Amino acid sequence: MGSTTDSTGPVAMQRPADDPGPMSPVPHRVVGRRVETGDVTTLSLVPVTGDAWRFLPGQFNMLTAYGVGEAAISVCSSRREVGPLRHTVRDVGPVTAALCRSTVGDIVGVRGPFGTSWGVDDKLLATGDVVVVAGGIGLAPLRGAIDDLVYRTDAAGGRVFVVSGAREPAQVIFADDLEAWKRDGAVVAMTVDMAPTGWRGHVGLVTSVLGEIDFDPSTSSALICGPEIMMRLTARALVDRGIDPGRIRVSLERNMQCGLGWCGHCQLGPFLLCRDGPVLPYAGAVAQLLSERER
Amino acid sequence: MMRPVAELVASHPLFAGLPEDTTAEIAACARNVAFLPGELVLAEGQPADTLFLVRRGRVAIEIHAPDRGSIVVETVGPGGAVGWSWMFPPYRWQFDARALGPVGAVAIDATCLRAKADADDALGRLLVTRVAGVLLQRLQATRIRLLDLYGTDRAR
Repeated sequence: MGSTTDSTGPVAMQRPADDPGPMSPVPHRVVGRRVETGDVTTLSLVPVTGDAWRFLPGQFNMLTAYGVGEAAISVCSSRREVGPLRHTVRDVGPVTAALCRSTVGDIVGVRGPFGTSWGVDDKLLATGDVVVVAGGIGLAPLRGAIDDLVYRTDAAGGRVFVVSGAREPAQVIFADDLEAWKRDGAVVAMTVDMAPTGWRGHVGLVTSVLGEIDFDPSTSSALICGPEIMMRLTARALVDRGIDPGRIRVSLERNMQCGLGWCGHCQLGPFLLCRDGPVLPYAGAVAQLLSERER
Repeated sequence: MMRPVAELVASHPLFAGLPEDTTAEIAACARNVAFLPGELVLAEGQPADTLFLVRRGRVAIEIHAPDRGSIVVETVGPGGAVGWSWMFPPYRWQFDARALGPVGAVAIDATCLRAKADADDALGRLLVTRVAGVLLQRLQATRIRLLDLYGTDRAR
């Protein structure tokens, strides 16, 4: 039985009655494929039998390219989207290359969903602004959370700020979503490391953009996902700006394999990230671990 | 209604929190300026004679290459400052700076500011400390960008 968690703790997930167990991939059919950038592809998957699985934004699935291997990939669907589960994959090795090559009609194995979520609910915004900072493909695990925040059921409360960094404009994923969130009330800022001629947006680190947006740090929360150095620097910049470290959440990744906290490959200090993470509060042990050199 | 330039200088992050008489000294060298979209704020190779405190809009720091046109290396928005080459000889701009949209800024005459710093050691030290703080941030940010963090390190 797969498991998930929300802000109140573990929640049992509904799996098919003939569930073969959490280590057996469940066949899913690729029903959609979108190339986001040169090496990033989004796959839309539906179970060959049964209904699409439930998930919480921030959780991940283990995707199997049959005959090649398995990789941990975050669910990037929005909970408003009914139907296929979407996963955005960057081609960084044999498994992810095979997943990215999948075409509509192909079968991909899915185990999950695993791990913790961003814990986005109306209460989060009721306490103040929410600053979401994404780096590169780190926007994918945040997509569902941002969608929940922008299209929340309770219109009262704080504002939503989305700061997204990319290497260059051609590497920006979910450009349509960024536009839609902006149109629907979020403050959205894109920044790139390298700009081609004609680029009119920000050029620089995401931290340089944070200084230009007017969130209220005394009551704000923050969600950060991206390369670990970027998350470390961003979290420190937000704390320097006045956000309580306890209100900052980061998504950490190590060598996720079983997804259940059994094998220990994803251990980081006291955490088994596939089970205790990937989303963790920055305060305390995580802030310390992010600054430590691994041996 | 335009705020007095002394108030603008005092409220800019580069000089925030300084004693009023100090910001008044700096403001004595300052004036309000505005740039149209696409207008050059400063040009590579020209004498570096001004420190710009950006109040609104965004300025692109760029350099021209014959085969690539203008390459933007960084942008500076409200609360940032543009132009540091006035601090050290040969007082010549190393990059272009261009308004990406309508830009409002406070322009501080560098010759005037250097003269005041030369005459007042405390002001000079304070100026160097504040400017060095910004330059350190820029240097650190540039080093991080050199790492190409968004390269190919993550699959998800």
